[in-house]
Amino acid sequence: MKPEFKIISDLIDKNSHVLDVGCGDGILMQFLIKEKKVNIRGIEISKTKVQNCIAKGLTIIEGNAEEDLRQFPDKSFDYVILSQTLQAFLDPEKVINELLRIGKQAVVTIPNFGYWKIRLHLLLKGTMPVTRTLPDEWYNTPNIHLCTIKDFVFFSKEKNFKLSKSIALKNNKPSYIKDTNLNMKNLSSNLGIFLIER
Amino acid sequence: MNIKENIKTLIISKPLKLDCGQTINNFPLAYETYGTLNEKKDNAILIFHALTGDQFVTGINPITKKDGWWSYAVGPNKSIDTNKYFIICANVIGGCMGSFGPSHENPKTKKMYGTDFPVITINDMVNAQINLLDFFGIKKLFSIVGGSMGGMQVLQFISNFPDKAKTVIPIACTSSHSAQNIAFNELGRQAIAADHNWQDGKYISQNTVPDKGLAVARMAAHITYLSKKGLQEKFGRKLQERDDLKFGFDADFQIESYLRYQGSVFVDRFDANSYLYITRAMDYFDLVKQNNGNLSSAFQNTKAKFFVISFTSDWLYPTQENKDIVIALNAIGADVGFAEIKSDKGHDSFLLDVPDFLKALKNFLDKSYLEE
Repeated sequence: MKPEFKIISDLIDKNSHVLDVGCGDGILMQFLIKEKKVNIRGIEISKTKVQNCIAKGLTIIEGNAEEDLRQFPDKSFDYVILSQTLQAFLDPEKVINELLRIGKQAVVTIPNFGYWKIRLHLLLKGTMPVTRTLPDEWYNTPNIHLCTIKDFVFFSKEKNFKLSKSIALKNNKPSYIKDTNLNMKNLSSNLGIFLIER
Repeated sequence: MNIKENIKTLIISKPLKLDCGQTINNFPLAYETYGTLNEKKDNAILIFHALTGDQFVTGINPITKKDGWWSYAVGPNKSIDTNKYFIICANVIGGCMGSFGPSHENPKTKKMYGTDFPVITINDMVNAQINLLDFFGIKKLFSIVGGSMGGMQVLQFISNFPDKAKTVIPIACTSSHSAQNIAFNELGRQAIAADHNWQDGKYISQNTVPDKGLAVARMAAHITYLSKKGLQEKFGRKLQERDDLKFGFDADFQIESYLRYQGSVFVDRFDANSYLYITRAMDYFDLVKQNNGNLSSAFQNTKAKFFVISFTSDWLYPTQENKDIVIALNAIGADVGFAEIKSDKGHDSFLLDVPDFLKALKNFLDKSYLEE
């Protein structure tokens, strides 16, 4: 289980109605059902992963989040989760807008491209960084819109998304991101977790 | 076609008002069951058959002596597990495997109904079949399942009887028959009507059978059930038991021979008038219009859990039409899952050995059965 799942779970109220966008094998969904008794469903594009979710008894819709979110009515979920997927979309801004349209709140996690190991990798090796959270090579990565924690905070300000909670993850340890420690967290953390509202 | 002794029949005494305005009563509904109904009566699955199916879902069909039409999916330890579930399937009204249909005798004229039989709809079909629940003492079905026209019945059933099923599985179907669907059905009907032996539907009393017309109808329809790629891979331009073209109109190609065979075996088991009536029922199916343009209203009163399934190579009821059902369900926050199964076998995929489909169906049913 990804370490961020516990933090996501802490952000979510019990018995709430949740959509997991790009839910993969449904591990987070199962965790949230167990921990928070949520009414949850997932969207997943991979046929294999859809099968895996069905085998776990999860409610799963095969589809492409970039096109298929529009079928959900406004505010039809308490939370919409996007776990380490934002960077793979053609139009991340549109996706965030959709998340905030269909969900009262959104939980977005991003692999932090400002993490010191990534910076060091590029600085010393001179090749595109390959890490545990970003394991693909430049030529086969689905990640076309990578950003840093700092980028995401700036982006939210510019687009008027309210970050009600901003959490950085460093060696699986969470801490809050504030304006005063943004540069530090952007360097030391490998993952950013944001609870967003309009 | 007379009712044969291997056919179980329920006589429905409750009058049924048909969409065409006529009321029928004391009519037979032929059905078959598999597995055992448990004490709680919570393990029943009602399967709806497609255009040319019947109540003999699995095992050997006692009439045709061939495998039941859904033998891949239904049986002991299969996707729809007869060791676990109690399976019911009825022949649709208008059909020709024992249920009230155009080959039955009209008590007024003492002759076969033929085209005097009332035009029936998908709605009429499910309204006839709801009587099976009372007959077996089932308050709520565990699931309703069907592909193609069976899927349309699934949608109509849950719309008419929102609290009568816990799970709902429409497969490779649509909420509204498209112009292309109607066009292909009309082609089949015209092929039958063009056969001199059809005799305006009175062929049985004249001791003829419009087998040529019905065979052509079946051949044309059969093409729509397959994919171009599937046909190409199976047949390509392979020749039928000959080394070269014969410069004539015999079946030179294997695909021709195959289609002719499909047509010829079909006429032995299917009634031409039933073909007209059932295709008409499909064409009239428009759950969107029934709900004044808003498909979601069809499902607004149900708490059932839906699982919609489509196939990549199905061009008769393509993924988008299945997805429209999912969209309508999501619009009202219904519990719906959806999977598009990769298969080259076209619309017929749901009847064939397509492991990903069979696996998804089994997993969905078995997991849902465990849920309270």
